[in-house]
Amino acid sequence: MTEVRVMREDLRPPAPPPRRHLISIEDLSKDDVERLLGTARSFSRSLEREMKKLPTLRGRTIVNMFFESSTRTSSSFELAAKRLSADTISIKGSGSSVDKGESLKDTILTLAAYDPDVIVIRHPHIGAPQLAAQHTAAHIVNAGDGKHQHPTQALLDLFTIQEEVGKIEGLHVAIVGDVLHSRVARSNIQALTLMGARVTLVGPPSLMPRGIEAMGCEVSTDIRAIAAADVVYVLRMQRERMLEGANYVPSLREYTARWGVTSERLRPGQKVMHPGPMNRGVEIDPRVADHPESLIEIQVRAGLVVRMAVLYDLLTHGPVGVQTATLTEVA
Amino acid sequence: MLYSKSAKKESIVVKGARVLDPAAGVDDTVDVRVDDGVIAEVGTVLHPNGHRVVEAGGLLLAPAFVDPHVHLRTPGREDEETIESGTKAAAAGGFCAIFAMPNTEPVVDSAAVLGALVETARAEAEIPVGFLAAITKGQEGGELTEMAELADAGAAAFSDDGRPVEAPGLMRRALQYSAVSGRRLALHCEEPTLSRGGHIHEGAVSAELGFGGYPSVAESVMVERDLALAAYEGRPLHILHVSARESVEAIEAARSAGVEVTAEVTPHHLSLTDEAIRSLDSNLKMNPPLRSAEDRTALVDALKRGTISAVATDHAPHAQHEKEVPFEAAPFGVTGLETAFASLYTNLVAPGLLPLDTLIERMSAGAARVYGLTPPKIEVGAPANLVLLDTAASWLVTEQSFRSRSTNSWLLGKKLQGQVRLTVADGRVVHEG
Repeated sequence: MTEVRVMREDLRPPAPPPRRHLISIEDLSKDDVERLLGTARSFSRSLEREMKKLPTLRGRTIVNMFFESSTRTSSSFELAAKRLSADTISIKGSGSSVDKGESLKDTILTLAAYDPDVIVIRHPHIGAPQLAAQHTAAHIVNAGDGKHQHPTQALLDLFTIQEEVGKIEGLHVAIVGDVLHSRVARSNIQALTLMGARVTLVGPPSLMPRGIEAMGCEVSTDIRAIAAADVVYVLRMQRERMLEGANYVPSLREYTARWGVTSERLRPGQKVMHPGPMNRGVEIDPRVADHPESLIEIQVRAGLVVRMAVLYDLLTHGPVGVQTATLTEVA
Repeated sequence: MLYSKSAKKESIVVKGARVLDPAAGVDDTVDVRVDDGVIAEVGTVLHPNGHRVVEAGGLLLAPAFVDPHVHLRTPGREDEETIESGTKAAAAGGFCAIFAMPNTEPVVDSAAVLGALVETARAEAEIPVGFLAAITKGQEGGELTEMAELADAGAAAFSDDGRPVEAPGLMRRALQYSAVSGRRLALHCEEPTLSRGGHIHEGAVSAELGFGGYPSVAESVMVERDLALAAYEGRPLHILHVSARESVEAIEAARSAGVEVTAEVTPHHLSLTDEAIRSLDSNLKMNPPLRSAEDRTALVDALKRGTISAVATDHAPHAQHEKEVPFEAAPFGVTGLETAFASLYTNLVAPGLLPLDTLIERMSAGAARVYGLTPPKIEVGAPANLVLLDTAASWLVTEQSFRSRSTNSWLLGKKLQGQVRLTVADGRVVHEG
């Protein structure tokens, strides 16, 4: 005789799904990315209509907190929220109570009192989005934390490649420049390898983080390595992050001569990308930036629809997966 | 060299424990009787003699622990720790003596500051505490402190812990002068031009997370330099919180070349690797940083062999609001006094990586010898410095677990095996749990 025993635990209602955040690309599955790119594509079509505003997130509140300067990321998050009819509040590090010495925790707690649905945060310190997630019930979207992650940038880059090249899987992407200080590079290495692309990092050895191969990419210090790639992704030479006297490269002039992306170093048909803002004449030759093979302006447009997709995904059904972060209960 | 509040010595009998004292060569189930703070008899079925009896069947009685490296934050940051709270935390961790580092506000670099600390310790230290004084004034690496006077005023040793003595010429002078003070130099080995901007160990984890890397070689080149200078001057020294495999190799080589060098390692470096930092928990940020699995293995082996002869907690309390910030903005340092034995029992002894008697030896006798303390021993005539341990008991580490004023423990939320039931320090019962 088969005995059926019902455990008391089985009768409990299932636990609510964990709050989802977008903090790191590492937390996404391939399915998550495909779903997000698909959503972005449909938003892209909707933006071709005359009436660009969708009612989807009406009544929702989205807070944009930018503790670090930003033009394209902050403006595209704000516009993305508005296109979806959400209410937005934008806070900048300077000119706010942060100037008066308020801690990140207290700023988050203050804003949490308005019950926002999403907090978009950019911060100069690694780990700020995780800390924010511990002190609010809102979904957190990382808009860049220190040198760690910039997941929406990587998603918009995938979207751009998908739309312009037609595929990501099997593609060879060379990421060129200051990898050491680049959150864009870290998110892109994870995103591209997740989707089956091959990634080669190219740049001066002093700007190549020791141990980065463990992320599943190849490393070269020879700029000629970019010729083999389908897409050349040029990183910004982050002058403001260079410690004084650190001597990562002897001079910007020498950097440009050795690792600058010029038309002579590219093959016809190679696509060129850059997360912006560009230092024309340093990491990228102006002729390359303005060439028809450059996808740089398309990336900016992709930023809007991808960020719409991320907000939509977090706030609607969006199958669980974005991130099951944070164990800490909200006090 | 050690200071604590004066209190009446006690008389007790601990009955039925497994008595394990590797230094005295004892491992037997016997009773221990303490008369007025001194071990009077070790034997089977001792008569209580009217003393208080501690029934200890199934428990482990060992010589109490010594911590050569603690930050008591006094003077200056009494919100984080005081001599009273720090020594109570130490008592709860099974320690009978601790040594406090001089990187306070102000720095312990004059007999006046040291004298005030000694007075405070005499008024409120629950267990004996020794104080290190700075090697250089203000720990600024410019001028030597008056080491002979400081030694007379009670300095147990000298250290600029928290920072290295950068200039090799000054390091050499400090070594020469240590012959006059008669006290050992304890060195924080870090080459600042290699560690600058570093938050965690340089390797695959720092590469992926984007943290500035603090490479192993930043420690080991300074260890090698200081050992070379010590060899040249023929002076002893102590290497604080060793974290890198290369440093272990350098210490081993110097010792076989005749340099009188001791070294310590922390419970967190013995238990964790940089992989743990993926959680971005700011209570995993310390200097030196958690290193690779290879380094951790080298540290455990070195502790086992005796190349590293002491466990030190580097107990570094920080105010909650200072640690409740993004990892990158958080200060370096974690607490450790109250979790030292349990963390090492759980992470090294229970999985079979380190024998229990070796752990006891490195936490008591080995640690005591660093600054020349008589090792605690379970033998007749010795002052009673005892710890009674329950190695079967497990407990959950929470913010409520601590006597320390700070809760920046790398073990919050973790379950540990091994609990301190009783601590006797210098003949007094200072903790019961």
